[in-house]
Formats: sequence, structure tokens, C-alpha cells
Amino acid sequence: MKVYEYQAKQLLDENGIQIPRGAVASTPEEAASVARELGGSAWVIKAQIHAGGRRAGHFVNDQEEQGGVRFVSSLEEVRETAQEMLGHVLVTNQTGPDGSTVNRLYVEQLCGVQRELYLGMLVDRRTSRVTLVALGEGGVNIGSITSRNPESVLKIDIDPLEGLQKDEARNIAGALELTEEQTEEAARIMLVMYSMFMSLDASLIEINPLAVTTEGTLLALGAAMTFDDNAMFRQETIQALRDDAELRWGELDATQHGLNYVKLDGNVGCLASGAGLAMATLDAVKFHGGEPANFLDVPPAVEVEHVKYAVGLILSDPDVEAILVNVFGGGIMRCDTIADGIILAAMEFPVQVPLIVRLAGVNSEFAIVRLRDSGLVTAFAEDIPDAAEKVIKAATEARLKVQRKWWQRVHGLLTGKNESVDRTAE
Amino acid sequence: MAVLVDAATRVICQGITGRQGTFYAEQALADGTRLVGGVRPGKGGTRHLGLPVFDSVEEAVRATGANASMIFVPPATAADAIRESVDAGLPLIVCITERIPVLDMVLVKRLLEASCSRLVGPNCPGVVTPGECMIGIMPRGIFRRGRIGIVSRAGTLTYEAVAQTTANKLGQSTCIGIGADPIQGMTFCDCLELFMADPETEGIVLIGEIGGIAEEQAADYLKQHKSKKPVVAYVAGRHAPAGRRMGHAGAIIEHSTGHAEAKIEALRNAGVHIAESPGSIGATMASALGA
Repeated sequence: MKVYEYQAKQLLDENGIQIPRGAVASTPEEAASVARELGGSAWVIKAQIHAGGRRAGHFVNDQEEQGGVRFVSSLEEVRETAQEMLGHVLVTNQTGPDGSTVNRLYVEQLCGVQRELYLGMLVDRRTSRVTLVALGEGGVNIGSITSRNPESVLKIDIDPLEGLQKDEARNIAGALELTEEQTEEAARIMLVMYSMFMSLDASLIEINPLAVTTEGTLLALGAAMTFDDNAMFRQETIQALRDDAELRWGELDATQHGLNYVKLDGNVGCLASGAGLAMATLDAVKFHGGEPANFLDVPPAVEVEHVKYAVGLILSDPDVEAILVNVFGGGIMRCDTIADGIILAAMEFPVQVPLIVRLAGVNSEFAIVRLRDSGLVTAFAEDIPDAAEKVIKAATEARLKVQRKWWQRVHGLLTGKNESVDRTAE
Repeated sequence: MAVLVDAATRVICQGITGRQGTFYAEQALADGTRLVGGVRPGKGGTRHLGLPVFDSVEEAVRATGANASMIFVPPATAADAIRESVDAGLPLIVCITERIPVLDMVLVKRLLEASCSRLVGPNCPGVVTPGECMIGIMPRGIFRRGRIGIVSRAGTLTYEAVAQTTANKLGQSTCIGIGADPIQGMTFCDCLELFMADPETEGIVLIGEIGGIAEEQAADYLKQHKSKKPVVAYVAGRHAPAGRRMGHAGAIIEHSTGHAEAKIEALRNAGVHIAESPGSIGATMASALGA
């Protein structure tokens, strides 16, 4: 689970790591009044989205290609900048091409910076340990620094039986070329990060940059955190920070039904059992020349109501021109559950597009008979390639049919024939 | 011969009285697995499915001589269940439970390092040696005893590999679903090592997916240890939507994007035959074996 930078910074602040003074704003007026209250004559305005790379990103429809982190020096400029960011879509190298809409800004006092450092903590799959990473440089170009000079990365794998030790933290901090006092403070920050990581079930805590200010203190200028979704049952305070505003059509409701749904841009609706098979279904549709309208994984333990919901989700997606159901029944995921879900969904959402079904595994024969009797299925497929080819053909034909109807109607209107056609029908 | 489990494996089920535990214990029994008992704290001394139920793994092992456990315990306490089996010295632990907190698994993994237990999973479909031992949730009836070792990181796609090797009359020696959690017990490399040494296994199917570095590590392993047996791989998620990322730490540590193309390239460079479509896994193996 991702949180916004301002939420991450609040958590740092609550745990005794120094951050610049700042506050959240969701209108230009609010941004200006925050800046006024903070005082001073220079501020940083930072777009709050669930992704990094904001400073080097750009807003859609903005000719000047300015990023999501900007430095301003008058209240008027605060207002103008807020106006340019709020409600607009920010694309960065971490958002994917669709970007994220900015609904909140974080306005901070600008601080004098001598030097920037980097501190990060995450679960390293290679060592199966929580790993602390530190660098004597920080800021926006961190990726290129580490790829140019991988030896500059200071790293320690933490033994979960011992925890991060004071002397380990001091050793890492000692290599950052700081004053004695700053070294001590850096080590303290690392220990705090570790205790937060463990007690909050974090999967990433990053302070970038950790600034050495002109006064010589250490200040967390940037922060990013993600938390383990699997541990939310024991993390109420973190769960309360959840914001699902960036989910696309249908994604939130799907999550609440235990389904993994991602909206995509194509016209072939896809439903499969299990994430691996769902990905493979997408791959097969693409491999055979089609474009998926969604990713939808129905986990094995679902009830028939959830399958019904899943099918309804696809049936009510206006982009879908044909549907592929690809299920390998195993254990308690039985094919007849899927069949019943489809039949129930069809009672509420009429099936107006071709439906291609491939069922294999537990109870598949039984389920196929039941679906065949329902008359809902356009064609059954033997295996994945067969299913992909059939659904793409069906989608193409469905589109041609709609186009043909439309042309007939236009032709009819132009020639004065067929006047009884209801023009509002389409 | 097979790997990990065979007809001599004596299995207990942790969480046997739950809905899932009951269902899959029945399946295992129906398939001829030597399921010798179950564990459910508080229900020791009772019987379930005709099997003795114990309060702890230690008691169960003492009474039944079990040497493997399959775990169907809810996520909040699943890590404790694994630890209990490690403490009892069970050689093989298969954890089916999904959604276990990652930091719980960090500790489990550390304890495993200092033990002689092997863990498969968590969040995996289990381990099957057809006709001998069935641990987990894989569908019965798609297996056929034969000469292909299957190791898979993707749940249901494992069944696809099984069904296709059955359809191509190759059959399976053992099928291992290792799961796709960030912290897992046995890795691709551990399983490749077992299959390469197993005389019954003539070819190896590896099913990967996007995210992490397991496929790259498997490729490195195969480069170093030159398998005489053909290895066929399918990596799911070539066209998966790009997720939003946070921060840089992952990229700094892993030097990997987790994209399918990079994984496929690494495997291809290690001499692995790539199945281009999820429907061609069996056929690719058949042609690699010259069958």
C-alpha cells in the first residue's frame, strides 16, 4: 500500500526524524494561505501522487513541461503554480504513461542545503533480509549515480534475529563523510527507520534526499513509503492512510470483492482464474493480435457471487466488444462455480457481445454442459491459443457488424429509405 | 525416483479441521497420499477424516513418524505454523497459505537457514509426484507419471504446464509450485538442482512471471551448471500493465526492472527453450526432447 509523501513525512516527524515545516493544500487559495502561515519568502510546492520521479515529470497539456516539484518565491506564484498543478495529470517515469491526477499539494518552507544524501530501506529478495542502503549523494539523479558507480552504494543486510545494531548504523554513517555530530544523527535516523520498518510492516522507507542544511543539521527533504498489504490486518493506523483515488473505473469495487482488476485500453474483456493464468491470457490475446480491455484475476477461493460480480464488471464495461473466460479449475476453484457466476450475471447484465469460454480441470465437462444449455456462450475453446483466436475473431466481427449497421442506417437516411429507423437507438 | 516427495513420504496437515484443510486432506487421501494425521491446537486427541488430530506438530511427529507437513493455516498465524514445523525438525514443509506478511517470512527464512528443513511456498499450489504423493491444491486427474520435472512460480499456470505435458504424453516426475511471494522457501535454483540430479527427470519446465529476480537467478544458475536435460521456460506477463512504482531502492538493489522481456532474454542466453505462448509449453518440450 502506497502513501503520499506528506503522510510519510508525518510518520517520520512522529518518530523523531526532522522534516521541513509544511502543510497540505487542495485549492490554490489554501496553498497560498499555507505559505503565508509558514512565513519566509521561498517555498517548495510538491504534487502528491502515489509515485516518485515527480520533479523530472511533466503535466499532460502543459507546453512548458514543468515538473511536479517547483520552487516559488511569492504568494502570487504559489497560487499560480497550485492552479497549474491541481486537477491536472502528472506523468513521471514511475507512473506509467497514463500518469496520475494531482488532487493535493504539499507546500513546504524552502531550506538552505549544503549537501544531499540518500537513505533507503527495503526487503531484499536476494538475501531475504531487510536491507539498509545509503549513499553519499542523493536527490533526483540517484538512479544514474548508482548505475554509473555501483561501488558507491553502502549496504547492510540486517539479521532479523539481531535487528540493526548501533555500531552497524554508525559504520555506514561514518562512510558518508559527515561531521562527528552529523554521523551520530545519521546513525540515529537509520535506527529509527529500522524500528519504524518493523513495527509498521513497511516494504519501503526512503529518505531522498536527506539534506545537510546550511546550519549543519540533517533534514528529511523527501520521503517515500510503501506498506505490506498482507499486514494491514494488524496496522490500523497505516490502513487509515489509504487513498484509492488513483484507481481506474471498477478497480476499487473489484478489490472489495477480492478480485484483482486492472482496466486496460483494448476491446477484449478477459477473465481468468489465478494471477499467472490471467497474465498468460493477456499475453495470448496480444500474441494472437488482439487488445485486452482489462486484467481480471478471480482467485481460487471465491464464491459464486464474486464470479457473478466479476462477469458483471466486464459486461458493463462499454469498451468490451468480446469476452474471453479462461479458467483452469483446481481444488476449490471449480469450473461450475464459474459457470453459475456467468449465468447469474447474465440475468442482470444482458450479454450483448460474443462470449468465448475455455474451461479445463475440475468439473469442466459438467460446467460446459450447463453453459451450453444456457445459450449464453458463442463458442467453447479447447486450449489457450484456440480461445485467443476465437475471441479476437469474434471481437473483429462484432465491430464490423456494428459498423455495417451504422452505415446501412446512414445510407438509409441519405437515400430517404428506411425512415422508420430510430436515430437515437445507437 | 522423483524429487522431494514419494510413496514413502508421511504427511501431516496443519489446519486440518478448517474448510480448506479438510477439503485438500480428503483430496490427498483419495489420491493415495500417506496422510498420517493433522494438527489443530485445542483439538488434540480428536479424530478428523479418520485421522488422529494433535495439539502440536511435535506431538504429531512423535506419534506418526511424519516427515512432511502441508499447511492450511490463516495468514496471521501461518508463519508461526511454519516455525513450529521447523522447530520439530520436519524435513519438508509445504505452506499453501497466501497473504502472509512479508516481515513474518523474513524471520521464518532466517530460522530455516539454521535448520535442516526445506520450505516450499508460501502462497503456492504444492508438490505432486503423480501416483505417489500429493501435497497441496493442484487438481487431480491432470497428472500422468512421466519424465518431466515442473517448477513454477505462477499458481494456476502450473496446471497448464501439467496438462500440456500430459497431453503431449511426456508426463511428470514431480511438479513443484514454489509460489511468487517476495520471500519464499525453495527457489528455482534449488529445484533445478534436484531435477538435474534426478534420473527419472529427462526435461525441466520452468514457469516464471514478472517481478523480482528469480528467473534471472535461474538463468545464472543454468549458465554455471550446464543442464544436460532440456529446460523449457514460459514467463507470464509480457503484456501486463506497468504498475506505479515508488522510490529507487528496489532498482538500486536488484538492478532489474522485473520485466518479462529481460527475464526471457536472460533465460534464452542460458540455453533455455522459450515457449512463446502459454499454449505451447508442452509442444516446446516435446520438440526439445526430439519426441
